[in-house]
Amino acid sequence: MRLDPLLTERLVKSLLWCLTGLTIFVLIFIITFISVKGLPQLSWTFLFHDIEDMGRSGGILPTLVSTLYLTLIALVVASPLGVGSAIYLTEYTLEGWVTRLIRFGAECLAGVPSIILGLFGFVLFVIKLNFGWSMLSGGLSLAIMILPTIIRTSEEALKAVPREYQDVCFSLGISKWQTITRVVLPCALPGIMTGIVLSIGRAIGETAVVLFTAGASLRTPTSLFDSGRSMAVHFYILAREGLSMPNAYGTAAILIISILLINITAYTLMTRFLQKYR
Amino acid sequence: MQNKNPLPFLVWMLCGCLVLVSLACGRGDRQSQTLTIAGSTSVQPFAEKLAEVYMKQCPGLLINVQGGGSSAGIMAVQQGAAQIGASSRELHGEEKKLHEAVIAWDGIAVIVHPSCPLDNISLTTLRQIFAGEIKDWAALGLKPHGMHVITREEGSGTRTAFEELVMDRREISPTALVQDSNGAVREIVAHDPHAIGYISCGLVDQQVKALAIEGVLPTGANIKKNLYKLTRRFLFVTAQQPAGLAQEFCAFVLSPQGQILLEKEGLIGVH
Amino acid sequence: MLTREKLIEKALLLLALSAIGSLALITIFIFLEGLPIILKTGVSHFIFGAHWAPTKGHFGILAMILSSLYVTLGALIFGVPLALACAIILAEFAPASLTKILKPTIELLAGIPSVVYGFLGVVLLVPLIRSYLGGPGLSLLAAAMILGIMILPTVISISIDAMNAVPALYREGSIALGATQWQTVRKLVLPAARSGIITAIILGMGRAIGETMAVIMVAGNALSIPTSILDSVRTLTANIALELGYASGAHREALFATGIVLFIIIMILNSAATLIAGRK
Repeated sequence: MRLDPLLTERLVKSLLWCLTGLTIFVLIFIITFISVKGLPQLSWTFLFHDIEDMGRSGGILPTLVSTLYLTLIALVVASPLGVGSAIYLTEYTLEGWVTRLIRFGAECLAGVPSIILGLFGFVLFVIKLNFGWSMLSGGLSLAIMILPTIIRTSEEALKAVPREYQDVCFSLGISKWQTITRVVLPCALPGIMTGIVLSIGRAIGETAVVLFTAGASLRTPTSLFDSGRSMAVHFYILAREGLSMPNAYGTAAILIISILLINITAYTLMTRFLQKYR
Repeated sequence: MQNKNPLPFLVWMLCGCLVLVSLACGRGDRQSQTLTIAGSTSVQPFAEKLAEVYMKQCPGLLINVQGGGSSAGIMAVQQGAAQIGASSRELHGEEKKLHEAVIAWDGIAVIVHPSCPLDNISLTTLRQIFAGEIKDWAALGLKPHGMHVITREEGSGTRTAFEELVMDRREISPTALVQDSNGAVREIVAHDPHAIGYISCGLVDQQVKALAIEGVLPTGANIKKNLYKLTRRFLFVTAQQPAGLAQEFCAFVLSPQGQILLEKEGLIGVH
Repeated sequence: MLTREKLIEKALLLLALSAIGSLALITIFIFLEGLPIILKTGVSHFIFGAHWAPTKGHFGILAMILSSLYVTLGALIFGVPLALACAIILAEFAPASLTKILKPTIELLAGIPSVVYGFLGVVLLVPLIRSYLGGPGLSLLAAAMILGIMILPTVISISIDAMNAVPALYREGSIALGATQWQTVRKLVLPAARSGIITAIILGMGRAIGETMAVIMVAGNALSIPTSILDSVRTLTANIALELGYASGAHREALFATGIVLFIIIMILNSAATLIAGRK
């Protein structure tokens, strides 16, 4: 029995709209729930005081410092590697087995589960290289995690720069490296920054890697070799142990807001960059 | 087109600065001022409290307390990742080569939801429950409902101590839920009316109810008088005889000030 | 000047090899540490053994492989229909202004940390399952639902991109021939975008299998093979995370071996995705 196509269309459309509405509702609900429960917690005291009583009271300053430290180390290590790789891939080679190999490497690295990175980082950096639970171990492990993202976005950004610019430079006798640093790179910068900014968002929210490499010390880290707990780790421990629900929500709210702001920045950067070159 | 691209220069400057600052902090003198204690999640809150007080007394000192479980702490000491390992179980086999110092006595409390009508349990019944032979509250004379048994991970000192004191070489059932810290077990039992688990006595609060084992409640007095059956020692484990910072901290913990602090928090002192 | 250029090129090549270098390092490390125990226990014993008691010398990860697979399957069952519905609506039926707001919003939501999902699962979902469906609440069902929600942004945005890539000409031709919008979507757009959608689903699968923190929080981590969706489960990732801190010797090797199995499963998925995507 064949249903009237227009009727089918109406039925299916309603079903799809319902499901879509449900999906959007769930996603928006998550953010709203955390914000409503967590935003009232945010205050000057909460953000800038030390953790007290294992997290039951006090603020979350040590976690902010740790998160910043870890992200900075990860960026300092991964950005040169990532952008350099992208420059090499787009400017210095033609499509061949080398580029395919490098790209395959980056894709596979992107798919490695965070717990395996945590396992690897724990055994290599914390134990074998004797860095202990430290900002250094955590930062290096995070760097490996964000490397593929930076390579991928930088490559896209560099590819988008019109070849005419480079052709003009070569015809003027400018060397390749000068062309890259003074013309291509500045033009591709917003796209590259997008990748870096997105990686910051990922690094901030990562828990498994950081917990096993940077530890969970409650003190503010003051050197590369100090342990510290990032915001995500602090939230995980607060939530799991039931130490303080209000503080947990507050930490979650800060976490989500930072990540959302970061992603919004990346997105606006990317759209503006694409508009310039489309 | 732009004339000069300042960015690479800036990036390398940033790197250089970061490296210089980190090197300036140095590792050498950091190590003499930093103490890492890793291990038992039962000991962790108490180690934190002690560390907080001790750091106030000795400014410029940094004590990092990590969790991970007793076995993780002992392994960290063996591999040099931590100076002191906190353990809530006895040392076995290879570990006996390490140096141990008893810092307190503690009990293992079997907990249920406050609404659970059960008040007392025998060791045999407890063993049967955790081995998976008793699966329903009806077997204990309560309203029929599935039992939700919660245990700790294998590396937990609390679990090892529980296995030694209660299980009598029987294995804990593989259907039992596993959580990786005392706090997590307490959280689950506090919200599930049909759950039963075990945590350190020092961590019992109003959210859960501790059962009496064969008539004896896990109070400080009962543990001190050796009446409560599930007691174990909290140990600080070091690679060899503690020296330097580790020795000073251990001395503080065993001093009257440290012991009074521990007793106030709910443990039993060594004296 | 030319030598300087050559040097710079070589330097950049070195940097470029860093990505493949780190991957190689991780792979070699994991295989070196984990292979011995797999060989000692025997491959079939390791993968198909149901008894995991590492401190007593039993290394069988069948329960965890099955749990990982069930949880991922459940995540797909929950997530893919919702994601596809959303993608179809946003790509085909919704007004452009709405899509312009919603698509970025959904992509933003991909950035929410997994621990937040896990937390909400514990606070909101687990009590519901426990009160209305029974069991401890910490279960296969809870893990599957949470993971299903987690993979939504990934699957939705890649599917939308895949459908948007279908040329408008195809659609216009179909409508001109008298087909309704839904008929066009069903018989034209979806088949044309099939490889992109399959890629999206496979990438979602990869994310679900590799997820650790959220699963540890809501799945209960029991060691037995689940017999109902209300049973507690322990995935491969949760197993590594729970025992990583204290494992030494053969036990640690066994965790690396678990990592190898996980690695291989995800490599297979990724390669499948690349192959299918490339076949366009």
